[in-house]
Amino acid sequence: MPTDVLMRLAEALATGAVRVIDLSQTLQPSTPVIQLPPQFGASNPFRIEEISHYDDRGPGWYWNNIALGEHTGTHFDAPIHWVTGKDYRDGYTDTIPAGRFVAPACVIDCSKEAAADEKFLLEPAHIEAWEGKHGRIPKGAWVLMRTDWSKRTTPESFLNMKDDGPHVPGPSAAAIRFLIEQRDVNGWGVEAVGTDAGMAFGFEPAFPAHHLMHGAKKLGLASLTNLDQLPPTGAVLITPPLKIKNGSGSPLRVLALVAG
Amino acid sequence: MPPPRRAKPKHPLRRFPTPTLPPLARSRVALGLTAFAARGVFALQVCRDCGTVHYPPQEACRHCLSARLDWRPQDGAGEVLSDTVLRHSNELYFRARVPLRLGSVRLDAGPTAIAFVHGACAAPPARVRLHAALDRGGAAVLAALPDDEVTTMADDRVLRELTNDPAGRKVLITDGRAAVAAPLARALAAAGADLIYVGMAEPWPPAAVAPYAQIPEALVRPLDVTDSESVTDLAAEIGGKVDILINTAEHHRPRGILARGTESARAEMEVNYFGLLRLAHSFAPGMRARAADGAVAWVNVLSIFALTNFPPHGTFSASKAAAHSLAQGLRAELRGAGLRVVNVYPGPIEEEWSDMLPPPKIAPAALAAAVVAALRDGVEDVYPGDVAQDWLARWRDNPKALEREVAER
Repeated sequence: MPTDVLMRLAEALATGAVRVIDLSQTLQPSTPVIQLPPQFGASNPFRIEEISHYDDRGPGWYWNNIALGEHTGTHFDAPIHWVTGKDYRDGYTDTIPAGRFVAPACVIDCSKEAAADEKFLLEPAHIEAWEGKHGRIPKGAWVLMRTDWSKRTTPESFLNMKDDGPHVPGPSAAAIRFLIEQRDVNGWGVEAVGTDAGMAFGFEPAFPAHHLMHGAKKLGLASLTNLDQLPPTGAVLITPPLKIKNGSGSPLRVLALVAG
Repeated sequence: MPPPRRAKPKHPLRRFPTPTLPPLARSRVALGLTAFAARGVFALQVCRDCGTVHYPPQEACRHCLSARLDWRPQDGAGEVLSDTVLRHSNELYFRARVPLRLGSVRLDAGPTAIAFVHGACAAPPARVRLHAALDRGGAAVLAALPDDEVTTMADDRVLRELTNDPAGRKVLITDGRAAVAAPLARALAAAGADLIYVGMAEPWPPAAVAPYAQIPEALVRPLDVTDSESVTDLAAEIGGKVDILINTAEHHRPRGILARGTESARAEMEVNYFGLLRLAHSFAPGMRARAADGAVAWVNVLSIFALTNFPPHGTFSASKAAAHSLAQGLRAELRGAGLRVVNVYPGPIEEEWSDMLPPPKIAPAALAAAVVAALRDGVEDVYPGDVAQDWLARWRDNPKALEREVAER
């Protein structure tokens, strides 16, 4: 490959021919985290405490201590996150090959369906219909489910907790199986708080976007935003998690490179 | 009788007075009176050898010179022999409060004491009950009330200052999800509280907010004591109005220390200890500045497990012990302004995380009633319910024995 391909990319970035789109939520104390029954351990929300602010604690500088769970805000799910992926030595945040952190993305627009049905499930038929218009999902690509869920700005409406569980759209087990077995994707990303549908605790298997994806050493991205600014195909995602030793995931800044 | 309210709205441009305190100095032996008054008990020294009852507190018996003087609760029955009205004082605190009715009260048990006399007491000679109450500086003073069961200190202009009556005051309950919170809001409303802010970390599910929709005085506000930003935001909004802060925020997970991971224990500390610290940093300075303008009390709902570790709830006990220590320090820092820190030490509460503990457990409504009564009576240490009273008695008698007893349940 000619070395000037990167120089041409740099030039395209400088001229705006390639734009950088931020797919990350702002991390703040009100950032919603996944809710589990209280007898389970709970992931910490994002917390920030000032160390000094140009004051008696440090006259010339401002900085904070932060604390949060690995799966808080816009975050990366490593294969080791789920019990089905527990034996992958290259499935931790610090051992996943870095090449997997830069990959193209296919964006399936389910925003109309999710607006009509908060419990909308993406099925293989929807994926095949999308491929009919935009072409076959390439091996090693991210598949992102656009629901416009990120436009729900209050934690209540974002988590959408109801008496029978969260009403949040997501993939069916069959759709996940299709993406793994038929398309060999890099991973699966969503706008909601987790990669699975709200009612996925009752699926077979439960939580397929975790159980099956991570069992197949695939990656996950949750709490993405701005998917409405991506083309159906052609965007390249940059998704490096923090290099946490034996990390199961990480909050991260997700960037998309988009032509034009 | 409707509860007393503030006479009229305060003038918004009036300079509010700088907090002052009554004289604080007490001898170490006289602090015995304060120690009992802190729990709402009037106790005097009784000679173990000759039975003489003493006031003022003594180092030795004035009758037989025995050094064996024991503090024993008294019924306070007595008679006002004479009274007078003080119209001038050189003490700044009293200058702002004259005229003061003072009298000489002879107790049926023997000694005679100078005391504040409630305005409702008849002219001497008159039967009265003598109470020991804490003044704004946290030291015990004596007050004579009519010998009936209905007159309270709050009914008297001067003695009202010895109470922290919620009537007419604005109260913040920091966690509306705590089992005690809704009964407490109802009890405060019934006691005449002017406004009851109810903190709620997350306004869902709707069932958590619903009880407060039924209480006209209640206003639900976002407050998460684990989040400094949330605490400072609410303090910025209402910190200048809160007269009584009641910290009900509690994280409680049962089981012993070897069965609990550090994350679970840390979550308890984040709420039970650091939560209190964050509230103190954000709300206490404003309340201290307003101590002469209505701010009166800071209530911490702790646990009797703060006194000695209850191993089946080991990490929870430890977090409450930390909060207990912090609350003692906070009390010292707020006393200078005349703010009362009330620490409440219930036994197990009838709530979901104590479901595996056998009865007796204190009902949330009973705990709420105890908190309101503590504010009205001006006490600062409250041990509500049978379990708390039992543990307190055993702890006072022999802390080491209690440690061993609760470990062998």
